[in-house]
Amino acid sequence: MSKILILGEHDGKTLNPSTHKCVTCAKAIAGAEITVLVLGADTAAVAAQAASIHGVHHVLRVDRPENAHPLAATFAPQIAALAPAYTHVFGPSTSFGKDLTPRVAALLGVPQVSDLMAVEGAHRFRRPIYAGNAIVTVEADAARILVATVRVASFEAAAATGGSAAVASRTLDVVLPTHTRYVGSRSGSTDRPDLQTAARVVSGGRALASAENFKLLYDLADKIGAAVGASRAAVDAGYAPNEMQVGQTGKIISPEVYIAFGISGAIQHLTGIKDARTIVAVNKDPEAPIFEVADLGLVGDLFQVVPEISRILGA
Amino acid sequence: MKKILVCIKRVVDYNVRVRVKPDESGVMLDGLKMSVNPFDEIALEEALRIKERGTNAEVVAVSIGVADTQQQLRTALAMGADRAILVQTDQPIEPLTAAQTILAVVRKENPDLVLLGKQAIDDDANQTGQMLAALWDRPQATYASKLELDGAKATVTREVDAGLETIEVDLPAVVSVDLRLNEPRYVKLPDIMKAKKKPLDVVSLESLGVAPAVWLKAVKTQPPAQRQKGVMVKDVAELVDALKKKGLI
Repeated sequence: MSKILILGEHDGKTLNPSTHKCVTCAKAIAGAEITVLVLGADTAAVAAQAASIHGVHHVLRVDRPENAHPLAATFAPQIAALAPAYTHVFGPSTSFGKDLTPRVAALLGVPQVSDLMAVEGAHRFRRPIYAGNAIVTVEADAARILVATVRVASFEAAAATGGSAAVASRTLDVVLPTHTRYVGSRSGSTDRPDLQTAARVVSGGRALASAENFKLLYDLADKIGAAVGASRAAVDAGYAPNEMQVGQTGKIISPEVYIAFGISGAIQHLTGIKDARTIVAVNKDPEAPIFEVADLGLVGDLFQVVPEISRILGA
Repeated sequence: MKKILVCIKRVVDYNVRVRVKPDESGVMLDGLKMSVNPFDEIALEEALRIKERGTNAEVVAVSIGVADTQQQLRTALAMGADRAILVQTDQPIEPLTAAQTILAVVRKENPDLVLLGKQAIDDDANQTGQMLAALWDRPQATYASKLELDGAKATVTREVDAGLETIEVDLPAVVSVDLRLNEPRYVKLPDIMKAKKKPLDVVSLESLGVAPAVWLKAVKTQPPAQRQKGVMVKDVAELVDALKKKGLI
């Protein structure tokens, strides 16, 4: 039987939806017994949230002051100490999981399957390579612990309620390194939905031409309750901060609707939006590659189109 | 800062779109243009800037791969690396084996800093730096967009999903770099000529005591599911109408 340990992602208060998506992935393995692990300074609140996720059997808490910030160097030895009791260790393919999970795998002396997008068996999975231009089916040795990151865009979030897992606290006799120290964070925190999990995303490319012009998109996003994203070109040009970048090297998202303004549709950008339910593209260039994948396309100047959409919706 | 090791991977050029073989045994690579992994190029540029800031650190480029990987190491030397090491093998190298191999080089070279790209654009694994740091039992600072050195410490700003995070690490450490750390320089023709005279050592995987392992078996490789081309609307009113009908706005 598969015993799966999921590395819960949280900010101390709220469990990140990436955890719910890992649960869905784990459920795809027949007969899996699912444990969510939360490490933190005080994980009471997030452990309770994990326990209520539909499909979760156990929640493990490891609370200690050194766990206040998710440093891979600190977390990995604790996870590696727990891992031998499991057949699988899953982390999300977010910056948290991508940083942490390979360190765990190396400590265990096992490989990692990155960006698991489909489950074909307890040790057989599909994952994208070459920016999603090819999908490889990989098979891992069932005799080893299977460590993987779960491509969060490929799985729906498991229901946040309906579960009633038992919560247990663990004390680990693991010496933690002091060579890596948290200094601080900066985020462009807004009241808008989180880009990674938003149902609607409005996004802009280099054609926006300035950071000021992105305000057009923020206004529209606020009108329809959307998150705002940007192409790599727009981020590189300084029109939008890095956390807004959508694409192979930025965020890979799967909203209900993705509305792209002035984005031509470079391969690396399309990799980030392929899983959107509906793609809408507005571009001046009728030959823009994004129209090849768009469900709805409009050839037009975004500086006229965006205000007009806002005007029609505002009425 | 006496020595910086920069890891270089030979990959299909980022402008080339790869295709899957009809028999699903892999992707077609014959005759494709190969380049230095773009993230590794950024790592090398950062090492060169640290050197040029007056630290005069020795910059050593290391790669693992087929004999032709010497081309990418010559590019690294032309950019400004002082010398290069190729761990030559015809085996496909997975990230864990890559990390074990680089660790063996690290043990010989004792660098103060290892720089590499956050991921390679072929397998998109995003593992090697973290695995190397774990095996070496040293700090890792992944997705770096700013790197400041101060004696035996480094302060690294990291690109994370929520924005930017800053951590402090003791050296030696492994730093994996993100896109916005810097913009790599262009190689000039005289530098290409000079690079031909710089030392490039070729060693075998076996001489480093590393056994290439097949950790994950690739069963088959297939093209991704294609999205169907949708419909074009003629104006904004029609667009808004269509979105409303689908219940999307």
